[in-house]
Amino acid sequence: MLQVDFRRDFPGLALEVAFQAPVGVTALFGPSGCGKTSTVNAVAGLLRPDAGRIALDGRVLYDATTDLPPQARRIGYVFQDARLFPHLTVAANLRYPARWRRGAARDFDRIVEMLALGPLLKRRPATLSGGERQRTAIGRALLSDPALLVMDEPLAALDDARKAEIMPWLERLRDEIRLPMLYVSHSVPEVLRLANTVVLMDRGRVSHAGPLAGILADPALAPRLGAREAGALIRARVEGVEPDGMIRVATAAGPMLLPGPLPQGPEMRLRILAHEVILSRHVPQGLSALNVLPVRVTRIDGGLVQLAASDERMLAQVTERSVKALELQPGLACHAIVKSVSVLPS
Amino acid sequence: MNPTDWLGPQEWQAVRLSLRVASVATLASLPLAVAVAWLLARRRFPGHGLLSGLVHLPLILPPVVTGYLLLVSFGTQGPIGSLLKPLGIVFAFRWTGAALACGIMSFPLVVRAIRLGFEAVDPKLEQAAATLGASRAWTFLTVTLPLILPAILAGATLGFAKAMGEFGATITFVSNIPGQTQTLPSAIYALLQTPTGDAAALRLVVVSVVIAMAAVLVSEGLARRMAARIAGAR
Repeated sequence: MLQVDFRRDFPGLALEVAFQAPVGVTALFGPSGCGKTSTVNAVAGLLRPDAGRIALDGRVLYDATTDLPPQARRIGYVFQDARLFPHLTVAANLRYPARWRRGAARDFDRIVEMLALGPLLKRRPATLSGGERQRTAIGRALLSDPALLVMDEPLAALDDARKAEIMPWLERLRDEIRLPMLYVSHSVPEVLRLANTVVLMDRGRVSHAGPLAGILADPALAPRLGAREAGALIRARVEGVEPDGMIRVATAAGPMLLPGPLPQGPEMRLRILAHEVILSRHVPQGLSALNVLPVRVTRIDGGLVQLAASDERMLAQVTERSVKALELQPGLACHAIVKSVSVLPS
Repeated sequence: MNPTDWLGPQEWQAVRLSLRVASVATLASLPLAVAVAWLLARRRFPGHGLLSGLVHLPLILPPVVTGYLLLVSFGTQGPIGSLLKPLGIVFAFRWTGAALACGIMSFPLVVRAIRLGFEAVDPKLEQAAATLGASRAWTFLTVTLPLILPAILAGATLGFAKAMGEFGATITFVSNIPGQTQTLPSAIYALLQTPTGDAAALRLVVVSVVIAMAAVLVSEGLARRMAARIAGAR
């Protein structure tokens, strides 16, 4: 658990940041210049706050009497620009922390294999592609045996193809090494794929912090991620395959049918975008849509309607005219017709 | 004809002495030059401007003034010289004094070259080393120093060439004693004062030019190779 609560005044920006990052991946999300990088720099010890307290798993990194230097914090940092040592080969970059982090050095072969760095070991950073450079930087940070991995927009400098190349490695870090991560991003797809917890930042302050699913299903917050991205994230479990190839899954909101192929694990997350959901007061009939869930309206914010199905929350995008026509109001029971669903790994 | 016969024994002596003086001056001043360059490039402290001015002073002062100041302070009666004498360290009228004078005269050039090197190294790489757990001293040794090696080399070459040619401060401080303090420029100067010395002076001039050119070529070649290695082109 990372606890962050500090203040730092810059000319033109008063940074006042407080949040807690539980285990898993915590995304710091916000527009450029809102203080995301300064925040992770303060956590890593590269920026000294004016006041506050920063602690990792109960170990104080910074407070009124303590200010651990970066080398004593055990926080691996993957920079946007990789920052590999240009005079060293990939292998020497990876082994750089081995002198003092012997334990992690034993993982060398495993991490080289996991990040597919074997063919690169003898090369120098200048000869690597952007994606290879970031993979090396991730490997080097992991080999410093960090208690927390900080990533500052590690994909921002890469084109889409390279991003797609790196993303699975980041998911493996999250799922296989189970390393707590603080991930700075202003990319919604990255946050959706990686984060469990989201810290929304705006002009030097934390405007909201909480589980990703809660923010996606909050009609007031979801638009912050972009109008087309508003929508719910709900848990699902595979129950079986229908004779016609459709996958039957169970969710807290009820059973649903998904088109194949079968996802990798039995557990998954379903992403239901608000504009893919239609509301009906009555049980709809004669529809091509397969998934109709009984729900209850819990909140209405503009055209976004929050719906509760058991303990899951989802959003529907409707017009204000429809809100009036259907007499939608909190507490009302109705039916959500889900036009399409995308599947995310659990 | 034996190739060594091309120069007379006294001329050879001057060449050898100059090489020794310039080498010692360069090697002895290099660590200090790296430290001062680092201070000037990376630290802000009260007296920063003063230190910078002091380092550059020999570049601006007439060399004869620097030589005189050395004589006054490092002479056997001088405040520093009289302290060092009981320890067996004497600079005045010795080749070591020539090395001291050359070292001081070339110091600003060496510091300047190395300081440019420090300023060219991205401090972000040093931050990265710190997040990986490296102490500041280790970061300096394993990241900063290798990256500024071309600059150190360039500074050393420049300092060496400057030391080879230093004349004013050397002759003022340690005089022009053949075999003891008569460096290449001093020997050329002495030969030009005698009516029959023109030919010998010309030979030494050729030697000077060759040594200076060789030093510059070697250092440029090494610097290029190092820069290529750092950039990863190899």
